[in-house]
Amino acid sequence: MGSSSSSLNNVPDGQQLMQETGFSAAHLLRLYERFKFLDKDNRGHLRSEDFEAVPELSENPIGDRIVGAFFLPGQETVDFSSFVRVLAHFRPTEKNRTRAGAQPEPANSRNRKLKFAFRLYDRDRDGKISRTELLQVLREMLGMQVTEEQLQSIADRAIQEADLDKDDAISFDEFRKSLEKVNIDHKMSIRFLE
Amino acid sequence: MELFFNPFDNLLCILLGISFTVWFTLLLVFIIVPAIFGVSFGIRRLYMKTLLKIFEWATLRLERGAKEKNHHLYKPYSNAIIAREPTTSLEEEIKEIRRSGSNKDLDSASEFEMSDIFYFARRGVESIMDDEVTKRFSAEELESWNLLTRSNYNFHYISLRLTVLWGLGLLIRYGILLPLRVTLAFTGVGLLVFLTSLIGLLPNGRMKSFLSEKVHLMCYRICVRALTAIITYHDSENKPKNGGICVANHTSPIDVIILASDGCYAMVGQIHGGLMGVIQRSMVKACPHVWFERSEVKDRHLVAKRLSDHVQDKTKLPILIFPEGTCINNTSVMMFKKGSFDIGATVYPVAIKYDPRFGDAFWNSSKFGMVNYLLRMMSSWAIVCSVWYLPPMSREEGEDAVQFANRVKAAIARKGGLVDLLWDGGLKREKVKDTFKEEQQKLYSKMLVGTQEDRSRS
Repeated sequence: MGSSSSSLNNVPDGQQLMQETGFSAAHLLRLYERFKFLDKDNRGHLRSEDFEAVPELSENPIGDRIVGAFFLPGQETVDFSSFVRVLAHFRPTEKNRTRAGAQPEPANSRNRKLKFAFRLYDRDRDGKISRTELLQVLREMLGMQVTEEQLQSIADRAIQEADLDKDDAISFDEFRKSLEKVNIDHKMSIRFLE
Repeated sequence: MELFFNPFDNLLCILLGISFTVWFTLLLVFIIVPAIFGVSFGIRRLYMKTLLKIFEWATLRLERGAKEKNHHLYKPYSNAIIAREPTTSLEEEIKEIRRSGSNKDLDSASEFEMSDIFYFARRGVESIMDDEVTKRFSAEELESWNLLTRSNYNFHYISLRLTVLWGLGLLIRYGILLPLRVTLAFTGVGLLVFLTSLIGLLPNGRMKSFLSEKVHLMCYRICVRALTAIITYHDSENKPKNGGICVANHTSPIDVIILASDGCYAMVGQIHGGLMGVIQRSMVKACPHVWFERSEVKDRHLVAKRLSDHVQDKTKLPILIFPEGTCINNTSVMMFKKGSFDIGATVYPVAIKYDPRFGDAFWNSSKFGMVNYLLRMMSSWAIVCSVWYLPPMSREEGEDAVQFANRVKAAIARKGGLVDLLWDGGLKREKVKDTFKEEQQKLYSKMLVGTQEDRSRS
């Protein structure tokens, strides 16, 4: 009689995802409802069109890039596990979490958050943000509001500041170093309402 | 053998005949006659109170049952999943990120930082997790259960009593209420078509308008009873007058019936084929409505001209328009299209708020067709709503159509307790225009490039 996703059993790989991502059962349930909501045709997975249906995302200058972060290279669809694994990066970091040595690094660690942001820049995933890639991101964020020269000079300055080994590209270590003092946890975290 | 069956058959026929007559008389006395004269016995309000008590009991039972079985009761999120920062500006947020990251003097270093991307990334992911717009286009989720499985997310087998109640509810709704309502609906529509065509034969004049008014009101009232709609009208002294335009928020096609059963309006719309078209064509015989052919709808000037001609004629009824252009789920009011606010007539705003506890009136046209929707409406418990007539507004000096539209929208949202959104209802089907993205880019570039200019100057 009747059915609903009122228990974690209805969420595919529920228990495993809870362990992996650190989301509580309640949060995972909410995210599953959201996933199903975005999946308008009930396919069980999301395509980029489903993401594009969110108007606030279309307003975001790097909206396409963010959507791209959900798709694994070569894949055209996002299932619920991948969806949640990406969102897990935005969980607030727990302060006093002790980790057994063999456990993999949690998705919302400072390092992983930085990696996520790095991947937004480094689209071809070669481990470096090249000048071209930086220019591309800048162009997206600024649109037609700046001239080519202004864009170049901004990129020049950014690379000059961060590029320590002078290879005209920013590696992940250089990226991390330049953001040493930034409060990543606060700025790259999304809190759930209880 | 035949002798044995005969008296039985007779008895059956007699019983059927009697029940039919009783049924029809009851219908006539309690529903149709009051509809004609516009009085009410108060039966529907009693019905509503009883239902509310039953729903409360059902919800309590559900919650108790869930606790006993240690199920996680899913509380539907009515507003938000995530905590969003109060809307600080782009500039403030990015500055904050940078402030935490550098010791440099802030004013001289307001140039691009690699950490700027955090702002956009987080905003983007927040939108993916929860956004203000898309949830307006699906039915509102309820806190308590109203014995309709279509609005329930927790329904497991909790207790025998609850299931029996649900089953009983099902029987009543589909076995008794639905046939009753369908009969009424057919009566109402049939009478409308028939009588308006009849009135159309009369010469234009006071008698004709008078009769057409009475006929329209009567038929709409029958339709209101066909939906068991319990409507409370507030501030009726502000009811729209001739030569004005009545604007209201749109949740479903039933809005028309609700408003038109309390006053006479000239409808605006496109001529359809089929039954709808028949109704439209006969209505226009009795009094002037504004129907457009499909081809004419695209021509904005033509539409505007016909509307303004209509309002200028003071003998004609006020026009009824829904400026949102599409059905919204009654938790918010979306952008009003400026066309009707450009004509220069007095605008009479009306706010309609449905009580979702008895039956969700929102028409999700991408999910259900019209017939399916009407059947769902007629098999709900009731449609309970409140209508507020707001005082008339006119366009002020120096105000353009868009500002006027927004002012009216804000008034309607405030009165009806709905959220006032800037977003366009057309987003249900179309994508966001690029102008919104440009806005964000402009804000960001002002931050960066603006500072660079200062730098080159110094």
